[in-house]
Amino acid sequence: MARLGRLPWGLVLTIAALFVPAVGSRFYVFLANDIVIWALFATSLNLLVGVTGLVSFGHAAYFGIGAYTTGLLMKKLAVPFVLAFPAAALLAGGLALVFGFFCVRLTRIYFAMLTLAFAQIVWAICFKWNEVTGGEQGMPEIPYPDFDRLTALPLIGGWRTSEYFYFLTVILVGLCLWLLRRIVGSPFGRMLATIRENAERAEFIGVNVRRYELAAFVLAGAFAGLAGGLFGIFNRGVFPDFAYWTKSSEVLIMTLLGGMGTFYGPALGALVLILLNQQIVSYTEYWPFVLGVILVVLLFVFPGGLAGAAQTLARRLRRVRHA
Amino acid sequence: MFLFLIASGLSLIFGVLRVLNFAHGTFYMLGAYSAYQFVQWLGAGGGRFWIAALAAALAVAALGGVVERLLFRHLYGKEELYQLLFTYALVLILSDAAKMIWGTQQKSVSRPSALTGSFQVFGATVPHYNLFILLLGPAIALAVWFVLQRTRVGRFIRAAALDRETLGALGVNVDALYTWVFVIASFLGGLGGALISPMRATTPGMDTEIIVEAFVVVVIGGLGSFWGTFLGAIVYGQVLSFGILFFPRFSIFAVFALMAGVLIIRPWGLLGRPLK
Repeated sequence: MARLGRLPWGLVLTIAALFVPAVGSRFYVFLANDIVIWALFATSLNLLVGVTGLVSFGHAAYFGIGAYTTGLLMKKLAVPFVLAFPAAALLAGGLALVFGFFCVRLTRIYFAMLTLAFAQIVWAICFKWNEVTGGEQGMPEIPYPDFDRLTALPLIGGWRTSEYFYFLTVILVGLCLWLLRRIVGSPFGRMLATIRENAERAEFIGVNVRRYELAAFVLAGAFAGLAGGLFGIFNRGVFPDFAYWTKSSEVLIMTLLGGMGTFYGPALGALVLILLNQQIVSYTEYWPFVLGVILVVLLFVFPGGLAGAAQTLARRLRRVRHA
Repeated sequence: MFLFLIASGLSLIFGVLRVLNFAHGTFYMLGAYSAYQFVQWLGAGGGRFWIAALAAALAVAALGGVVERLLFRHLYGKEELYQLLFTYALVLILSDAAKMIWGTQQKSVSRPSALTGSFQVFGATVPHYNLFILLLGPAIALAVWFVLQRTRVGRFIRAAALDRETLGALGVNVDALYTWVFVIASFLGGLGGALISPMRATTPGMDTEIIVEAFVVVVIGGLGSFWGTFLGAIVYGQVLSFGILFFPRFSIFAVFALMAGVLIIRPWGLLGRPLK
């Protein structure tokens, strides 16, 4: 048991994910790509909700901003991906800095309301600013990054563009998750957890709670922006509902489903939810109904999410073995 | 004005139960669908629309009561996240159920026969029905205010909003009271939906739109504050209509900016009180 825990699971999973195109069909590559991006989005939200204990109901704003940033730069200005991708983090993070500055001054329900209000502002702008964002119609036909040079290489030459993009996504998301993991494990991350557990006490020992919360807000926004940037390309288009409040709750559900208390829980939630969605949609068109029921069960039976339930189970098993 | 009907229910729930109810918009939508259904059953004409509207509101209120009794009450005092997500789960379940029952086609209800006419004001045509709604809003506001301020139940509700435990210790059945608050709020939401059905087409998706609008109204006026909600509805209407006049494309933007502004400066709203 203990030895299993010491494996670098993140790395193992990233490498495993790279083999999906080798074993699965095109459809599975598509599905896996979807999951990987949402995993990053959910994990970025977890930095706020799970680690710092700030319930944001407007996290889709930064996802949307990231998607529009990368999309606009690549489509309208033909900026290469290497620049357009970090730009998503920069802009989303910058916006999170402005919004977060006001949000962290509020507590609990008011914090959630203000994040929602800001997200709706972003949505309203994307929805109405036709010249830049394409308004209601969104912005179709975002180009893929340029993979021409890769095709010339031996071994990996001659793949489909979508497969190249999948590899790129896996590697980038793997890097982002590794970074996030480092952040959560760092003294800074520990301090965030302290704030979640007892903000007052953190204040007493001389921590500037608001500044820490703001930093977490900006980081979460920036990583959500990166997820958005990838998703816009993956989705072949960027639409205003990326920033609508129902998207924010979707990602919250993933986070909760996987388990907020653990680092990889939200990514697991993304995986399970997307696979489940794909399965259930083939039986019935009433996916939201099923999702709602799952959510109710989750809230009442497994408030710790899947990862939380697994931990409890493991602990119980261990106790049985020791007894 | 009808927005006030919906927002007042939302505000009532927040004021007493301390829960932001995303599903309130869905109750509103169900009110509209049920009104359509009752009109279908009863047939149009005469005073039947009013019976249908009332029946729809009662049906929604009953549903609200059941939901509160069976599920919602287990979440009081839990983290906000769980409450918000539970109400969101309700949105998903109920709106999909509505889609199963009534399909995705638009439904419309004809105006009650007594109010089908219209008249001219300053060169604009105003249907009688719209004027009726305009007058009904304040009337219902007064009625709710009267119940809250002047009756025994109203006193209990206000007391529960201030201090639930003390009220319970004084021998009031707070659990039942909470159910009633939820029922009344659902009734207001359902009534709002039923009354709007002759003015706007009833479609799936109307719930997620209206709830955000109602949030704006409630936040501007003050969460849990009754007259604040009234003021909020008026401010919202003014900003939206004058916004459309001056900078048509960004009037929605202005509304949300106003909401954010209020939250930043006075998080408890224009007429609300700060939470302890």
